[in-house]
Amino acid sequence: MPDTLRRRTVLLTGASLLAVYAGTRSYARTITGGIPWMPGPGDAPTDTGALKFFTSDEAAFIDAAVARLIPADDFGPGAKEAGVTTFLDRQLAGPYGHAETWYMGGPWHDGTKSQGYQSRLTPAALYRTAIKAIDDHCRQAFGGKSFSTLSPDQQDSVLTDLEKGKFKIEGIGPHAVEIEGAKEDSFFSVLMQNTIEGFFSDPMYGGNRDMIGWKLIGFPGAHYDYRPYIGQHGKKLPIEPVGLRGRPGWTPHQS
Amino acid sequence: MAKKLPAVDVVLVGFGWTGAMIGEELTAAGLRTVALERGGWRDTSTDFAVTFAQDELRYMWRGHLFQEPAHQTLSFRNDSNQTALPLRHLGSFLPASGVGGAGVHWNGQTWRFLPTDFVMRSHNEQRYGAAALPQDMTVQDWGVTYDELEPFYDKFEYLCGIAGKAGNLKGVKQDGGNPFEGPRARDFPNPPLEMAYGPTLFGQAARDTGHAPFPCPAANMSRAYTNPLGVMLAPCTYCGFCEKFGCGNNSKSSPQTTILPVLMRRDNFELRTESEVVRINMDSTGKRATGVTYVDTQGNEYEQPAEMVFLCAYILHNVHLLLLSGIGTPYDPRTGQGVVGRNYAYQVVSSVDVFLGDKILNPFVGAGALGVGIDDYNGDNFDHTGLGFIGGGYLACWNTNGRPIEYHPVPKGTPKWGSKFKKAMAENYLTTATISTHGAVMANRGNFLDLDPTYRDARGRPLLRMTFDFHDNEHRMSDYLTDRAVDIAKAMKPRSINAKKRTGHYSVVPYQTTHNTGGAAMGSDPKTSFVNKYGQSWDVPNLFVMGSAVFPQNAGYNPTGTIGALTYFALDAIKKQYLKSPGPLVQL
Repeated sequence: MPDTLRRRTVLLTGASLLAVYAGTRSYARTITGGIPWMPGPGDAPTDTGALKFFTSDEAAFIDAAVARLIPADDFGPGAKEAGVTTFLDRQLAGPYGHAETWYMGGPWHDGTKSQGYQSRLTPAALYRTAIKAIDDHCRQAFGGKSFSTLSPDQQDSVLTDLEKGKFKIEGIGPHAVEIEGAKEDSFFSVLMQNTIEGFFSDPMYGGNRDMIGWKLIGFPGAHYDYRPYIGQHGKKLPIEPVGLRGRPGWTPHQS
Repeated sequence: MAKKLPAVDVVLVGFGWTGAMIGEELTAAGLRTVALERGGWRDTSTDFAVTFAQDELRYMWRGHLFQEPAHQTLSFRNDSNQTALPLRHLGSFLPASGVGGAGVHWNGQTWRFLPTDFVMRSHNEQRYGAAALPQDMTVQDWGVTYDELEPFYDKFEYLCGIAGKAGNLKGVKQDGGNPFEGPRARDFPNPPLEMAYGPTLFGQAARDTGHAPFPCPAANMSRAYTNPLGVMLAPCTYCGFCEKFGCGNNSKSSPQTTILPVLMRRDNFELRTESEVVRINMDSTGKRATGVTYVDTQGNEYEQPAEMVFLCAYILHNVHLLLLSGIGTPYDPRTGQGVVGRNYAYQVVSSVDVFLGDKILNPFVGAGALGVGIDDYNGDNFDHTGLGFIGGGYLACWNTNGRPIEYHPVPKGTPKWGSKFKKAMAENYLTTATISTHGAVMANRGNFLDLDPTYRDARGRPLLRMTFDFHDNEHRMSDYLTDRAVDIAKAMKPRSINAKKRTGHYSVVPYQTTHNTGGAAMGSDPKTSFVNKYGQSWDVPNLFVMGSAVFPQNAGYNPTGTIGALTYFALDAIKKQYLKSPGPLVQL
């Protein structure tokens, strides 16, 4: 963890340096204290700093929900510990959240299940609407308590109702019930899909922290050459997982 | 007002596999050729490098290499009584945008169709009687035969450096290859890939149950390879990031890794990227294409006159462009008349997860076409008497990838979330094999493409509208294939299996295959086909349609090998006949 923290300091310093120099004509630069590296502009930063999309209440909801979808247990840390909330926050603040590449022209109809997503809500708007609706539902059903303050068993029953379509969220689109193979047909399906994404995507997106997801199942990550291993039938391979930015062990201690 | 550009000999609409092949052959024949590609330039070192290619979220789930529906999409409905609605994001199939097209992000599964696939109607009627084909099944013979295509399959396979094992050399069956394949003049250019454990176990079980397993043909290099154009490809490293990704190793055949290094240097070739063709222009007779009109990203419009026009974009765009340009008679499902949009088809896929429990398979050590297949239930390789369907598909156990967002199999009955789900992912990720079935779809009177009356794209053009559903033939066939996969799965002595049949209506939501076909079908009769066997329009002899839009119905294989063969077959006739005497290559 100390390595990660140091790297984060470098990242934040790099970002603020850039802010200072932006708009000036000087190209001279003094580099000191570390590598002046910063992530590509298309990448979400790995820091766990301020929320970019969720309110703190929404973040509490997501923390609580993903902790039930992939819980911390005897098998190790879960989605919350993997930073899925940070992942989702960054995703919803970015092009995905805004449905930037989606066709969002009307007219709008519910359609059939086989016609797929027909909600006029972007993923960001979907989350905002759904979290509020679920929290309102919880406050009514559980004496004023929001989802994140319920007991794990109560949270599970709310999620189950959501999954099975017993509790329908108004105004988010037509299909409350997941169909076999359909991944993005209801808020529950979207949340589950995004949780899996945050648990298993490259750590540079803010989730899968310390490669928790990859270590759980034994996926070695962003390796690109398995030629020595293809013939090793039946053997567990002695490969440590690695992300696109390497792994903590690759950065030498500074002190 | 479009700016009129100097005329050229050849204009290529879209610059993927077929555009690159045609560009290379026709520039070599001395023709001035311009390719127009709506997307950007992409190459291995700058766009697919191994320092960032293995990013499952970016490429697969956020679709970095794919067409963006915000720019262009299509609408969809299961039948003509419904209102088609737009695909708001991609799902069932993944067309590309950019140089190389879907040839960048394919897996590399490079098959030949069976000899009987090309005579689908006449063969089945002869063997099973005319009544075996339901009235609304509009399948037809291709007008081209396997024997005619064989030299051109060979040419494409040597261009690509396909890894495999022949099962039939000049009519003599070969041990270890696919015994059902049509005769080959010579073996594959490269030996099979080294096989992973899961497919190996499938192969043993398939043999034990009386089938004929073989290593599937792969456009992933089993060794360093220099193709006939002198372009070098590097050995595959089994990184497990093929389909939906570009290859950072020059190990997967693509236009970039097999043709472009040669073609881009030719003086008589020019590629214009970010240039989207919006119309095919016709002269006043309606019998001759004069060129195309395209728009760049600044909105500037250009007219590019050309002697020959080749539609080389993805099938859906080729058909869309024909409809938007008013070329040919649009198909009308009520009367069965018209050819543009007719016989749209797809594929029907299913799978069986085989939970082995104690055997570590390392699914992430993979390549896009690394697998063992059987062809016992494809095409007419088996007796269909009494089965209630025609056609079939291959069964294969692939080790394409272990990318965990996509791949985290859990046994049947596992809750979909929570601690039990998490435990099941952890327990089964390394030890599960999957058998997939890859079934054909027969053309049907009710399945077609036309223009949407309501929804429009970013340029204000009507969207293409797809009307498609699986019919009895598909469901019966797919169930049959899945049951056969279950037979073999059980012989692998698993802890449990999970058979995932394809039931109900076709849905655009889950990914299935990017193997859309038809809409500008080939054939021998202009009443039921838009092009002749050379991909040449019956109505407009200087207009050619490439790619899978010309398939009269689909087969139980991945289409790229056949697309390559058809393209080289057409080029051969164009060079030998058309260039000497432009006009129809097939006389009626």
